[in-house]
Amino acid sequence: MKRMILRGGRVIDPASNTDATLDVLIADGAIAEIGSSIDAADATEIDVSGLVVAPGLVDIHVHLREPGREDEETIASGTHAAVHGGVTTVAAMPNTEPAIDDPSWVEYVRARGREATVHPIAAITMGREGKTLTGMAELEAAGAVAFSDDGCSVLSANVMRRALEYASMVGRPVIAHCEDPALVGHGVMHEGLASTRAGLRPIPAAAEEVMVARDIILAADTGARLHIAHVSTAGSVELVRRAKADGVPVTCETCPHYFSLTDDDVRSYDTSLRVNPPLRTSADVVAIMEGLADGTIDAIASDHAPHSLEEKQVEFDAAPPGMIGLETLLPVTLTHLVHSGAMTLPAALGLLTSGPARALDIPGGTLEVGVQADIVVFDPNTEWTVGADWFRSKSRNSPFVGRTLTGRVRMTISRGRIVFEEESHDEGCSGGGCGSGNAERDELAVNV
Amino acid sequence: MGWSRKHLLGLEDVGRDEITTILDTASKFREVLDRPVKKVPTFRGITVVNLFFEASTRTRMSFELAEKRLSADVMNFSASTSSLKKGETLRDTARNIEAMKVDMVVMRHPSPGAPHFLTNHIDASIINAGDGPHEHPTQALLDLFTMRENVGDLQGKRVTIVGDIVHSRVARSDIWGLVTMGATVTLCGPKTFMPAEVEAMGVTVSHDIREATADADIVNILRIQRERQEGCFLPSLREYTDLFGIDSDRLAAMRPDVLIMHPGPINRGVELAPDVADGPRSVILDQVTNGVAVRMAVLYLLSRVRASERVDEPEILAEVTI
Repeated sequence: MKRMILRGGRVIDPASNTDATLDVLIADGAIAEIGSSIDAADATEIDVSGLVVAPGLVDIHVHLREPGREDEETIASGTHAAVHGGVTTVAAMPNTEPAIDDPSWVEYVRARGREATVHPIAAITMGREGKTLTGMAELEAAGAVAFSDDGCSVLSANVMRRALEYASMVGRPVIAHCEDPALVGHGVMHEGLASTRAGLRPIPAAAEEVMVARDIILAADTGARLHIAHVSTAGSVELVRRAKADGVPVTCETCPHYFSLTDDDVRSYDTSLRVNPPLRTSADVVAIMEGLADGTIDAIASDHAPHSLEEKQVEFDAAPPGMIGLETLLPVTLTHLVHSGAMTLPAALGLLTSGPARALDIPGGTLEVGVQADIVVFDPNTEWTVGADWFRSKSRNSPFVGRTLTGRVRMTISRGRIVFEEESHDEGCSGGGCGSGNAERDELAVNV
Repeated sequence: MGWSRKHLLGLEDVGRDEITTILDTASKFREVLDRPVKKVPTFRGITVVNLFFEASTRTRMSFELAEKRLSADVMNFSASTSSLKKGETLRDTARNIEAMKVDMVVMRHPSPGAPHFLTNHIDASIINAGDGPHEHPTQALLDLFTMRENVGDLQGKRVTIVGDIVHSRVARSDIWGLVTMGATVTLCGPKTFMPAEVEAMGVTVSHDIREATADADIVNILRIQRERQEGCFLPSLREYTDLFGIDSDRLAAMRPDVLIMHPGPINRGVELAPDVADGPRSVILDQVTNGVAVRMAVLYLLSRVRASERVDEPEILAEVTI
């Protein structure tokens, strides 16, 4: 394999506290050297001056829909979308049809990750029915990195407690989707003034928080590793903050939509804004940002949830919950966390790389010499408008279509190969056709 | 003319001048309803479809009568949402109906925002005849009309709305309309029937029926749905009646000139005692009569906007006097 050098970029590796103008030499699919003025005459030169070079993003919460709903996404299309967004590692949720509760399905999902690395998450209970535990040991042996019944909470506290105990023996975390179904009821948006005005059936913040509290208590009780998915309320942030202070082995993630959109947006009845947990208030957005800044929240994950146009082009309360997010993960984070002044760029990148990798104890998320060369190169300052045709995902249910974002991925390297590069980076380029890079090219010298 | 909207989806963002225009227009149509021949030729050649995805008797009949008295061609479409779930989407249903060259759609649907959704997919003018618990603007307009008819300018008038606010589209539209017209609005009912942060809509909340109605100029009483016990909103209808029902004793404690209103259908003996519903302070049947005039006014004003958008067609409406 030919060597490749990324020359003169701002290299940010949150895991090693690196933030400097450096060269990155890639050889044999791995990071060979990071330094100033690396002499590598035989390597393909790529000028990345003016751009940021960071570890490929790690998205620990995606729905790839395969098996079962290949019309909405496949593992191939989902990973193709991932690298378009600078994401080189994903953890795939098991709420497929059938659910990932059998080692053969774990192997299937893991093997089909082509452009990005796919880590399967297996179900906590068989068929995600909340009744009997899956064979966690054999699922772990097949490659499952965590266990989750994401999409719904494990209703029985007893089943959840046993799951935590058992998973801790296997050495893998349990990822909790925290929503009490009785409190959610038939609700479709956050309970507050916006739901009162919209007349849509409300979901109180307590629906999430009672489950976060319960699962934290169970994690404290069992000593097992708990990861809380898509934290969305100020109350949940505070519960996790206190639990961490008390030494409970808990980590958590939030999603870009919980710090960039609010329940007030839902008054448009735009079904791309229907998501579980629902979009919260501006006060919750502030609390989420504080939680991200003070380390309470460990990771930002997309909760990429593709849905077909037919399913979403209906009345708001008839639409399935979920939005796609793999491709907008970085620009939304840059726009709302970094350019807003809430966080520094290295700190925000930590939440997209080393933070999520640590939360699930999976490889990736760093630029250490010797590790697999998973790298994102991006322009943090380009403003552009998201076009509906810009996405590579099979689905289009993004609330960010038509919105202007700041920051744009220029190149993605996965396992030492360029899997995405933007063809042109004219400043005038916005949305539309200019995002479709050439995915399958190998080690090509291009100025980006 | 103080009206430039193509659709009437709700009263939340409708201004005072616009509401006044509708009520003034409705007054003219109200006169028509007292004529021996209760019909004007205004809507000749205009097709209106009543698209009802939820059971309705009085609203659908009121609209149909309003349309017929304007001389519109009227089509009725009724479907339970369960039959739609078997196949056709709302978007397809509406597009098919529009393909038959319909000018206006009057729509009742259990999903909040369903009429807003349709405005993105069809070209016809849309009147929201109730979208879930969200809004029911023509009901609020007929309430405002009836109030104005009896007490004059609503500025500073005290209006108390009693009952199940959280599930009520009538309450939401009434609140927006009344607050816009300058009335002081109090909501009264059990805590479980109050929507979150409703005070931010510009109203006061009370859980004491005597206190909430003592000084009211108008008391508007909402229907209590019998199934609310199941969602744990109410322990029993009996307890609701004990705490919030309006009977002659409670009426006697109110101002002597208080106006008693109800959007119907009444659960007699639950939220409202029969002798009060049928008594001298009740204007409940006037509301029904006024509903036809108000709906004629809304149809008329929307059709004029629609006609003015179509410059290639002769403006037949503007020259018709009513």
